[in-house]
Amino acid sequence: MNNKLTQKLASGHSTCAGCGIPAIVRTVLAATDDPVVVINATGCLEVTTTLYPYSAWKVPYIHSAFENAAATAAGVETAYNALKKKGKIKKKINFVVFAGDGGTYDIGLQALSGMLERGHNVLFVAYDNQGYMNTGGQRSGATPLGANMETTPTGKFSFGNELPRKDIMEIVKAHHIPYLAQANVAYIEDLRMKAHKAFAIDGAKFLLVMQPCTNVWKFPTSQYVNVGKLATETNFWPLYEIENGKYNLNLEIKNPKPIEEFLKTQKRFKHLLKLENKEIIKNIQQDVNEKWEALLRKVQLSHLSELNR
Amino acid sequence: MEKGATIKHDPKKSPKTGEWRNVRPEVDPNKCTGCGMCVKYCPEDCIILKNRKNPSKFKKLAEINYDFCKGCGVCAAVCPFKAIKMKSEIK
Repeated sequence: MNNKLTQKLASGHSTCAGCGIPAIVRTVLAATDDPVVVINATGCLEVTTTLYPYSAWKVPYIHSAFENAAATAAGVETAYNALKKKGKIKKKINFVVFAGDGGTYDIGLQALSGMLERGHNVLFVAYDNQGYMNTGGQRSGATPLGANMETTPTGKFSFGNELPRKDIMEIVKAHHIPYLAQANVAYIEDLRMKAHKAFAIDGAKFLLVMQPCTNVWKFPTSQYVNVGKLATETNFWPLYEIENGKYNLNLEIKNPKPIEEFLKTQKRFKHLLKLENKEIIKNIQQDVNEKWEALLRKVQLSHLSELNR
Repeated sequence: MEKGATIKHDPKKSPKTGEWRNVRPEVDPNKCTGCGMCVKYCPEDCIILKNRKNPSKFKKLAEINYDFCKGCGVCAAVCPFKAIKMKSEIK
């Protein structure tokens, strides 16, 4: 066991073999030397690290319910501020929320919105595995178009999930928070840099991290890094950050690969590669291109306004 | 809560996830350069970089803890020098 890496989350938890969630957790938590309090929404991370009667956490840890991780964090942060005002606590303490995409996009959205609006000094980290994976892989607001999930099975009359992904980054950005970023577990140094940056900023912060799920995306357990890299190399998951409303691209792919390269690594998209579903792949590619162009325009606009100042 | 209701992060008492494994990663000391790529991506934090006993060109060598290694094979997939090979443990 690596003593340096397991200072905050111990080994022995029961995440699936080849799951990237522990890598996200320890990279984010290692970015600060101050004490941290972890607030966790229901999800893969919660059920695997806190199996009764064991706990893998070496830092204070709270889990209350699925929908209110952000509200719990807001409460803890407010109590800390009150104690600090009275002089009972002198140290700086960081508050970190870990939530899956269910606890961010769907069930936790309302509490998240309130926390962001009030501007609590909390870092919200969403690991996005694009579905409700710990209950068997139901569709969530983060599931991409065409994915074969438990509640959107493919067949004669269906090509899988018919609804596009929610754009959570824009939803969060609309709350005017000082820092939010989209990262990918396969680019772990980029994630570390973003976590460092986020801990240094006062106010509500948001990190959206892609987490390829070996179990429901259906790829070999050894491939989470390669699948994650392909998501960024095809421009499906660009790495960027928004600092005080200014967009900044962290990695520009020179020759983006076609989206099929990403889709064909996973069995949840297997049916899309059939001849009759060619049109859907075309639509997905068009959607990826449009979103990428829109992002580029926003980045250029941010740089222009910087120059004009 | 009743005292002692939870067993806290004591690696000696924790369940050994190494029991899950059916393939076993093995490091080739001749190829390993000690770059630490596997350490960063290992989901179980069970790889450490140790100082080599007789340092040649490289000072560090990756060592895997088989108590907690689940045998996912991520280390072998990310190794830029192909120094980790997965070997079957099924007898």
